[in-house]
Amino acid sequence: MIVQTLDIGLAALVLTLAGYTVLARATFPAVVSYVAYGLLLSLIWVRLFSVDVALTEAAIGGGLTGVLLIGAAGKRRGTAVAATELDPTQPLRWAIMALCALAALALATVVVSLPDPAPTLAPQAMENIATTGLGNPVTAVLIAYRAFDTMLEKCVLVIAVVGVWSLACDRCWGGAPDVPRAVARGGTLTFFAQVLPPLGILIGIRIFWIGADEPGGAFQGGAILAAMWVIIMMAGLTDVPAISKRWLRIALAAGPIVFLGVGILGFAAAGGFLAYPHGFAKPVIIFVEIFMTLSIAATLPMLVGGAPIRAPRP
Amino acid sequence: MSTATLAGLTGAILAGVGLYGLIIHPDPLRRILAFNVLGSGVFLLFGIIARRGAAIGALADPVPQAMVITGIVVAFAATALAVALLIRLGAQTDPVVTQADKQDLARRADD
Repeated sequence: MIVQTLDIGLAALVLTLAGYTVLARATFPAVVSYVAYGLLLSLIWVRLFSVDVALTEAAIGGGLTGVLLIGAAGKRRGTAVAATELDPTQPLRWAIMALCALAALALATVVVSLPDPAPTLAPQAMENIATTGLGNPVTAVLIAYRAFDTMLEKCVLVIAVVGVWSLACDRCWGGAPDVPRAVARGGTLTFFAQVLPPLGILIGIRIFWIGADEPGGAFQGGAILAAMWVIIMMAGLTDVPAISKRWLRIALAAGPIVFLGVGILGFAAAGGFLAYPHGFAKPVIIFVEIFMTLSIAATLPMLVGGAPIRAPRP
Repeated sequence: MSTATLAGLTGAILAGVGLYGLIIHPDPLRRILAFNVLGSGVFLLFGIIARRGAAIGALADPVPQAMVITGIVVAFAATALAVALLIRLGAQTDPVVTQADKQDLARRADD
């Protein structure tokens, strides 16, 4: 009974915040509401016993997307052009609302009429997990069973960074991007940026390390490390690196390159692309994950930073 | 009603709410926000499919979970690219700022 009340309360809060995010009249409150929404949504993921997803949603869906969008909302302030003529008229709004309600209703119908017993790959995932040497089935899916997906996704991240950087003005190419900054130096954020990272880096590395057997892994650990770097840059304690820095480019590309390299070596060692040698899978997986964590920790802050806005220093 | 069904219905409503925001807002940043709400609603539908697929040794089917983790990261990358495009566009043209935003800014300036 208590549990059900908790679930209903959570659902009500999440829906209210989502509604406010979409319906709020001004942009800035909508973004702030979205951050709170992301964090509460991760609690629903915990209730679904998907702790790995909850960690990712809290760190990336709520936290980093929040910083990115708050920065974007801030960068556009102070400029004003009336756009009310672009707003849909009231009857049109009602029509759109009715159609969207219909779409939601269709999805809800699917939800209540899902087949029973539910189709599942969980038994197969658990059956073969011993061959990977891992204890966390989600990590096993990500790095072993469906390693190809994860490798391509790492490539997508690098391509996204290239895409963002390519939007720099000609003069700024090779220069540094900027993250949203604290207004005053020496304020709360500076204190926060001095106290939090030592703990955050430890927690990030631990979450990565235990990901083999417990909820966690390269994504979640890397995202926490990324968040620490973003906080330090936001407080102005360190500069955002210029995009021409060699170490930065190596850090960004290391994950996909090592993953791809190990995948190709799989032909020789285990007879297939991305196959891991029998009985030696776990050390190989951990090796790949170390570089993946590094790349994620470098990529996410660069995506938050956006295109370079400062010309490179001579 | 089970926790999973409730979460699934929440996901369905979130998808509808996000879709509505995506259509009615003229401001691209609001559309990006709404698109993320829509996306997280769809992810939640994966979540109930994972939870319903629980088996011995796994409290939820790991395959949909792994897909959602990949999805969240890719959604973030797409959002970052969209925001970067938006800011570049804003630097070259007059940005779209709605009447409500102007009022919000004026109110903040008064405080």
